[in-house]
Amino acid sequence: MEHFFFHTMVGSIILIVLKVLAVLVPLLMGVAYLTWIERKVLAAIMLRKGPNVVGPFGLLQPFADAVKMIFKETIIPTKANRVLFFIAPILGFSLSMLAWAVIPTNDGWAVANLNIGILYLLAISSISIYATLLAGWGSNSKYALLGAMRAAAQMISYELAMGLVIASILLLVGSGNLNDIVLAQRHIWFFLPMFPMFIIFFISCLAETNRPPFDFAVGESELVAGFFAEYSSMAFGLFFLAEYGNMILMSAIISILFLGGWLPPFDCMPFTWIPGPFWLIIKILICLFCFIWVRSAFPRYRYDQLMRLGWKVFLPFTLAWVVLTAGFMMATGIGIYGGAV
Amino acid sequence: MMPIILFYIFATILLLSAVMVVCSRNSVHAALFLVLVFCNASGLFLLAGAEFLAILLIAIYSGAVMILFLFIVMTMQTNLVQLKEGMQSYMPVGFCIAAVLVVELIIVAINWHIDPQIAQASQQPLLQNMSNTQALGALIYTDYILLFQICGLVLLVAMIGAIVLTLRKRPNNRRQVVARQHMREPHQSLEMRSIELNKGVDELGGFLRPKETYFGVSQEDSFGPKPGDKMDITEKRQQMKEQSK
Repeated sequence: MEHFFFHTMVGSIILIVLKVLAVLVPLLMGVAYLTWIERKVLAAIMLRKGPNVVGPFGLLQPFADAVKMIFKETIIPTKANRVLFFIAPILGFSLSMLAWAVIPTNDGWAVANLNIGILYLLAISSISIYATLLAGWGSNSKYALLGAMRAAAQMISYELAMGLVIASILLLVGSGNLNDIVLAQRHIWFFLPMFPMFIIFFISCLAETNRPPFDFAVGESELVAGFFAEYSSMAFGLFFLAEYGNMILMSAIISILFLGGWLPPFDCMPFTWIPGPFWLIIKILICLFCFIWVRSAFPRYRYDQLMRLGWKVFLPFTLAWVVLTAGFMMATGIGIYGGAV
Repeated sequence: MMPIILFYIFATILLLSAVMVVCSRNSVHAALFLVLVFCNASGLFLLAGAEFLAILLIAIYSGAVMILFLFIVMTMQTNLVQLKEGMQSYMPVGFCIAAVLVVELIIVAINWHIDPQIAQASQQPLLQNMSNTQALGALIYTDYILLFQICGLVLLVAMIGAIVLTLRKRPNNRRQVVARQHMREPHQSLEMRSIELNKGVDELGGFLRPKETYFGVSQEDSFGPKPGDKMDITEKRQQMKEQSK
């Protein structure tokens, strides 16, 4: 049995498929229930009840929505570029799933334990802009095109700040492996020494996932629904899944970079009883709650303010912080080449 | 066996899409094929064991450069007839450049030979227990630091050039000082008036009664009333009424 899985080609392929399913199935369930959680939390903040008709506490609502979405008619605009129109949602959805390959859920528990895992995540998130751009251009509609342009400009601007935040963490850890990044936080989680970076990273994640208050790509009031205005049925569903999948992914990245990943808050008895993956899930849920909370608490930004924040505030500040971190490490000798922080 | 199959898959797709970049009539399609070229090239890098370069190729070339490129191409109206207008006059120059390139390629191809040691050299890791990211860093920041810094400087100059070219004063823009806008209190910019029924608001100065702070928020060279200006709505309304009469 062991020989079959680890030493034959067919066996190792089956093993990889099983690993992938073990990540993707809970993830898709998570996406489905994230929509339910979002509606419930928003309702609670607005003093409403939220979905409560389908199933107990409305728990079957996501499935009702999914069935509705699947049975709707797929409409293709006459002048749309059919190939790009269909590639866009598939690309968006598969990229949002692909990034999960490197997320470790426990010590060494990742589908692919890359030593440049963090750069892989950056690369995937930068390609996922193509899904938006292709959808906007392919559907041959001015609203979609404007939405796509806005989204792409926004995502590029905030990716720079994110990249620099990640660079300052890489300086501290001395490795691009996500597993090492979590293990380097055994003594202190990075959100304490790097608090400003934590806040900037969280805000950049909001912008990167096109969530309120930075949801210009879908600004209903001026662009109908932005880049997916022309999509219906499951093609729309894929964009929807990708957006929520990206939210969970970004929360996971925040948890891993700043909140100690699978590590318990204190390395002593009652905390160590809970296994690592559950700690990661708890941290992801806390971040997701903040994502939803922000949505209900803040009005949408103005586009020029968004660009100003990205380029004139976050970029210089994170750049200065990278220099500061490097200077601090050189001066004190703390944390150089994977030492304890 | 597996790497060889993968190599041929990546290489075939790369070459085909590179041909499509040149041949496709739609410029957006051409740009997208170029993205495909980059993705496959990074696959080739991965096969060669250069994972850092592979990821950088995707993150920088497909993730940033090509997206900005697509921006321009998507918003540009490409008219093939218009593009072909100057074809006749530019043809000789184009042929000259093409001829130079072909000759150069031929010279390179004649003198080019594969080092028999290269296959072994490429398989030797630089140092034991060192990922190629670290190895690259150890090389770039020590032996090649000057070249590396000069590269950075060249990019900086290009960036400053681009900014200088596009930066101009736009007297018609309305811009605000964000800090001052945030410092504003409600009572500084709004006032509450109770208005009697059927009386109208004209005598009271109209609905829009911006106070002094409203102008204090705007930037100095932006469009509209300047800081210190006072706009009396009542006077303006009366002027408009007279004009309409």
